[in-house]
Amino acid sequence: MTETNMPDMPVTEDTETALITMADHIADVVDTMTVSCAVVRGEIELRVNPADIPQVLTLLRGDRQAAFNQLIDLTAVDYPEREARFDVVYLMLSMNNNMRMRLVAAVAEGQAIPSVTNLFLSANWAEREVWDMFGIFFSGHPDLRRLLTDYGFEGHPLRKDFPLTGHVEVRYDDTQRRVVNEPVHLVQEFRDFDFLSPWEGMQTQIAPDAPGHDDSEQKG
Amino acid sequence: MAEMQIKPITMNFGPQHPAAHGVLRLVLEMDGEVIERADPHIGLLHRGTEKLIEHKTYLQALPYFDRLDYVSPMNQEHAWALSVEKALGIEVPRRAQYIRVLYCEIGRILNHLLNLTTFAIDVGAMTPLLWGFEEREHLMGFYERACGARLHAAYFRPGGVHQDLPDDLLRDIRNWAQKFPDFINDLETLLTENRIFKQRTVDIGVISYEDALSLGVTGPCLRGSGVAWDLRKTQPYDAYDEMDFDIPIGKTGDCYARYLVRVEEMRQSLRIIEQAIDGMPSGPVIAQNNKVTPPDRGQMKQSMEALIHHFKLYTEGFHVPEGESYTAVEAPKGEFGVYLVSDGTNKPYRCKIRAPGFYFMAAVDHLSRGHMLADSVAIIGSLDIVFGEIDR
Repeated sequence: MTETNMPDMPVTEDTETALITMADHIADVVDTMTVSCAVVRGEIELRVNPADIPQVLTLLRGDRQAAFNQLIDLTAVDYPEREARFDVVYLMLSMNNNMRMRLVAAVAEGQAIPSVTNLFLSANWAEREVWDMFGIFFSGHPDLRRLLTDYGFEGHPLRKDFPLTGHVEVRYDDTQRRVVNEPVHLVQEFRDFDFLSPWEGMQTQIAPDAPGHDDSEQKG
Repeated sequence: MAEMQIKPITMNFGPQHPAAHGVLRLVLEMDGEVIERADPHIGLLHRGTEKLIEHKTYLQALPYFDRLDYVSPMNQEHAWALSVEKALGIEVPRRAQYIRVLYCEIGRILNHLLNLTTFAIDVGAMTPLLWGFEEREHLMGFYERACGARLHAAYFRPGGVHQDLPDDLLRDIRNWAQKFPDFINDLETLLTENRIFKQRTVDIGVISYEDALSLGVTGPCLRGSGVAWDLRKTQPYDAYDEMDFDIPIGKTGDCYARYLVRVEEMRQSLRIIEQAIDGMPSGPVIAQNNKVTPPDRGQMKQSMEALIHHFKLYTEGFHVPEGESYTAVEAPKGEFGVYLVSDGTNKPYRCKIRAPGFYFMAAVDHLSRGHMLADSVAIIGSLDIVFGEIDR
């Protein structure tokens, strides 16, 4: 049921040209710091190096025409197979232009990324959350503590290698009269169903030398 | 005698405190009665929604959105439905768009009723809460008649809404909408010119224009600071561009302005509700595309094809083409956004939920510095905090 032939989002020509004009302008403003800048599916995506982020955001905020003066959200995406495994994503909004863009920087594990709390107050908690969930360190952050997880929590839950069930569970211990952490004990083994279609995705699932494998199955 | 030095004390507000609107632990550094620093400790309601969504199909992920801001569940579902539709590139039938707009506005009134009345009780007025919850009961009745649940609706689906509205429901909503302005007037007689209410809210927790932008404040709190910015107008989605309504803005940016903005927003929501009922087109309520939306029951009894589609959709689910997108809606509290990364399979690769309340909570420290302890309660009440969406 993969829908590859579905039409793209109906983006009217006017907005599309406006977006491309803005993307070109952004590329001009950011100049040599641009890694790539494009309009993808009706959204502007600018990629830069992590070290340049504060400068890029300052430029984009100060520029009269771009005026991306609101940091709407800051998040990260984990791609464990990549060398620089995290994409840190800054979602920006320009009220003057009624336009959004996202700024993306690839960060390796253990690599620090400069904080933008002195540019946008909203970055404070957003960076704390990213630190908590992904373990990406923001240098220059005034108060980089964990935000959402429990006191004394270990690990970074939104990394792809962190199990859904977590590592520990808490319970109140009557004899010790306090809440204790214990390794997760699942009464039933955790079930993660693989529903990917057997008749559309068979090729990758059968090893070539598996018993019963012949040409008729490959055609499937 | 030497001047006495008062040592600053640290005080715990919550996690179990009725005025904390949920499980908020606020560590306050106090100089006497004045707050020097507020450090909110959040996450006590953290359920790992974003992680769970990565392990669910696109349809299974939808009910998690009801459980974020459980005061206005359908508005959140709307953001998810729109973002999946955007990624898939499917069109939503007109009737579904109108039903969504109608229910989003009902959700907005539900939310504002809860917020305004609990805000009032935080600053000492009890009656609005008792009156307001009666009205909420009517509205949740409308929720129930459309989808069978009062709170966790799971009604908006990618492609439309789950089922058509039952007969007479629109008529009943209209009857209710005609009576509701009287309630708003009654509420205003209790609060708007109330001396005590004004003493507790006017000039408390002022958000300036620059701060509002920098803090990432959106929704009624932003409009309370005089910024005419509403995604329903500026980046209209579904049928909002066909609706005629006004954006109320405040002038002072204090708790009182936020209260006034919300009261007026309820009136504007009523206007939208009436227009949505009047203009409600007929036709299907969900996209007729069985690769994404289920076939109807009757067809499944007759057609093998329909049965296969149903089975495939509710086991494997649909696949979403690879890509990234950010979709935002104007939820009652502010900009509620979904940053969706899909990798071409039947499950989202990453789903970041941008909850408006998260940034309000982050602003509490900034807003309550230099205010009295009792003002922090008014500030939290006026910001519209619900922990379901903050902790996610």
